[in-house]
Amino acid sequence: MPGPEMNPVPTSIRAPFTGARFISLPASPWLATFPIALITAIPVVVLLGHLLHPDQAIWHHLWQFVLPELLANTAWLVLGVGLGVSLLGVSLAWLTAACDYPGRRFFAWALLLPLALPAYVTAFVWLGLLDFTGPLATWLRETWGIHWLPPIRSRGGVILVMVLALYPYVYLTARAAFQGMGPRLTEAAQSLGVPRWRAFFRVALPMARPGITAGLMLALMETLADFGTVSVFNYNTFTTAIYKAWFSMFSLPAAAQLAAILIFFVFVVAVLENLARSRRSYALSTRSSQMPARIALKSWGAWGAFAWSAAVFGLAFLVPVVQIADWAAGVYQQDFDARYLGFAWRSLLLSGLGALLVAGLALVLAYAQRLRPTPAMQFTARIASLGYALPGTVLAVGIFIPVAWLDNQLIDLFGLERQVLAGTLLIMLLAYCARFLAVGFGPVESGLSRITRSVDEAAQSLGVVGVRRLARIHLPMLRASLLTALALAFVDIMKELPITLMTRPFGWDTLAVRVFEMTSEGEWERAALPAAVIVLVGLLPTYWLIKHTEHAHT
Amino acid sequence: MHRIRTSLAALALSLSTVTALAAEVVVYSARNEQLIKPLFDAYTRETGVQVKFITDKEGPLMARLKAEGANTPADLFMTVDAGNLWQAAEEGLLQPVNSKSLQANIPAHLRDPDNQWFGLSVRARTLIYNPNKVKPGELSTYEDLADPKWKGRLCLRTSKKVYNQSLVAMMIKEYGEPKTEQIVRGWVANLATDPLPDDTKAMEAVAAGLCDVTLVNTYYFGRLMEKKPNLPLAIFWPNQNVKAKNAGVHVNISGAGVTKHAKNRQEAIRLLEWLASDKAQNLYADVNLEYPVNPKVKPDPVVAAWGNFKQNLINVAEAGRLQTQAVMLMDRAGYK
Repeated sequence: MPGPEMNPVPTSIRAPFTGARFISLPASPWLATFPIALITAIPVVVLLGHLLHPDQAIWHHLWQFVLPELLANTAWLVLGVGLGVSLLGVSLAWLTAACDYPGRRFFAWALLLPLALPAYVTAFVWLGLLDFTGPLATWLRETWGIHWLPPIRSRGGVILVMVLALYPYVYLTARAAFQGMGPRLTEAAQSLGVPRWRAFFRVALPMARPGITAGLMLALMETLADFGTVSVFNYNTFTTAIYKAWFSMFSLPAAAQLAAILIFFVFVVAVLENLARSRRSYALSTRSSQMPARIALKSWGAWGAFAWSAAVFGLAFLVPVVQIADWAAGVYQQDFDARYLGFAWRSLLLSGLGALLVAGLALVLAYAQRLRPTPAMQFTARIASLGYALPGTVLAVGIFIPVAWLDNQLIDLFGLERQVLAGTLLIMLLAYCARFLAVGFGPVESGLSRITRSVDEAAQSLGVVGVRRLARIHLPMLRASLLTALALAFVDIMKELPITLMTRPFGWDTLAVRVFEMTSEGEWERAALPAAVIVLVGLLPTYWLIKHTEHAHT
Repeated sequence: MHRIRTSLAALALSLSTVTALAAEVVVYSARNEQLIKPLFDAYTRETGVQVKFITDKEGPLMARLKAEGANTPADLFMTVDAGNLWQAAEEGLLQPVNSKSLQANIPAHLRDPDNQWFGLSVRARTLIYNPNKVKPGELSTYEDLADPKWKGRLCLRTSKKVYNQSLVAMMIKEYGEPKTEQIVRGWVANLATDPLPDDTKAMEAVAAGLCDVTLVNTYYFGRLMEKKPNLPLAIFWPNQNVKAKNAGVHVNISGAGVTKHAKNRQEAIRLLEWLASDKAQNLYADVNLEYPVNPKVKPDPVVAAWGNFKQNLINVAEAGRLQTQAVMLMDRAGYK
């Protein structure tokens, strides 16, 4: 660990304002990030600890009969979802951030709404609609005698549904990047004779790369960690194999062996991505303060943009929501009661507090990395983001084991009556951080990378350093990124299941827990009611986020 | 003011003594909230004993019990599928309970030979067919569905569901591994479509004519027919005329066991006994259209209308013991 003298930005210089010195960042920012990384690192290490006693018999079986298929399946899924979410996310982000066309204001926030839907619920709706027994196939068969539809229970079907569920991650982060650029860059390119549409590919797209990559990494990590959606399609991936080894073959070591491969893969990709990016600079020397001149799309262009936005919005949100609303209406009388107030309140409370904590820790992590981008720091930051790529139940158990251990130590030491950690809000919130730190870190890190170092130096020369520099200079410039981190973490926690189930106090059921109670018995219609409430509650932060980020840039 | 404060203090004191005296039992349950809460509420009304419970999937609950060790707050572990109960006993999470009433009310093949866990409801996995395309006379046994005459006419739920794993495990016990593998390979060869994600989807595929017959738990059939009574679906009880001693319809259980480190052991046993008693059995089973485990108790009229059947009498513990073997066998046979 390098000493303060190697610090590229000397934070330890005495500030003229002595109060600032008192609250300046720790001499070594790495010390601040290390405990944050531990939140994720401990559960991961606990899980990987099972590798010490590998289960040879089951591993051999998996190697022979299960791994070949799931490696191919997982690779295709990652490739397909990666291409799909990039195409949808970037195109829609550019349209709503830099262009003007009918409906743009509405689509700007509406295109985020699929985030509020649990992906496996969307998957189940689409399976119901498009499978052999669904209304479309039945109608084709009975009216037209057409017996063939492209099979929805297929690789293409899974990829399609996951793209529709996950593109908002890329949309959101790419949009923040395009907005942060303002129009000057493309104007500059145009003044050099580059046509407008080529300016997008030559200038805007490359400059937005940190943002796009941040969203893409989130979408892909969620793809790798997903169990619910692939189960609906009976599509075998790493995650389904991990669950099979653990819960069907009762072998935690074999599950850990599979999880280790998954973690290693994600880690390598994250490090490579980081290396590739750190060789280039994405910072802008000036920030545009005037109203961005949107590219006004005309006739065909405008209608094309409208049709594209409407199609994605319809397929990713409207159709599933109409089906959910229809189901919910059917069970409303039977299932809706005063308890829903409690479910919604607890969901809001957990998501709100969790999002604040995630965004706060992500800011510390990203800022410390900016202050001192040493390999140790970057390694630490990558570790902290790993939780998002692990299947939720696996991570939940990995979190619970050390918490229970600590509880047991405390009980022995102080002769306590019962657990003091497990089943508390604090542990729940820390557990959410272990899972969702990546969701906050991605947007904040890419936001910071767009702020040029000369800003830091200017502040430095004016004697504004440490926490004051962060608060006065960086935070206002990071506003959009922080709001993005908050909103993403909020809706993700709202939908989160395994950690909530495992760490909630007695009687602390949330909306997501209601969805679980119903879907786990195959009662999808009844699950629609809590799912519909999740959507309603999720609408608020989404709408608020977009209103505020629009404001931040216009 | 002072008087109010004193009386408030007295009230608080009396309340705290009440809570200290009020008996309590803590349940970890993988059986869903909507299925168990009505029972616990009824139990509290009848006995005054508070039931605290938390739901989760069985795997995480077992991991939780294990991590908490001797300090676990849980007194009773409740789950679906004998395989999970067997595994909990195997991992030393449960303790034996010697109760005359449990032994009297629960048939021997539906509880642990070592008395660590007890079945509370019976879930029968049977054949559902489309009467427009199949005559009941054509159907006979689970293994017959591997016959080439069913080529392209069979739908199955995914092998990842524990219900199918238990069925195959019990077949391994009954027929041995090589013959079972042959049967499962036969099923896979006869599939009309890739395995479906749940029992309801499998029945809908049969009703829509994609296939002619499938294998489901009866309560899914009951639920679907309640919603859509006109679907062309009928129930068939397989393996009724097989000569073997224990042959019959494959059954599984939902059940419970007292945790090894239960703080309220007596209360847990009392709750368990109550759940298996005549009083609670209908409430327990009927809410999900399952069969009461207690043979003295009649099933829900909807369920009774499906007719009587002979159960497979091999102890359901075998489903747990052979589950890993069954999963491996299905992987080898290409049953996804």
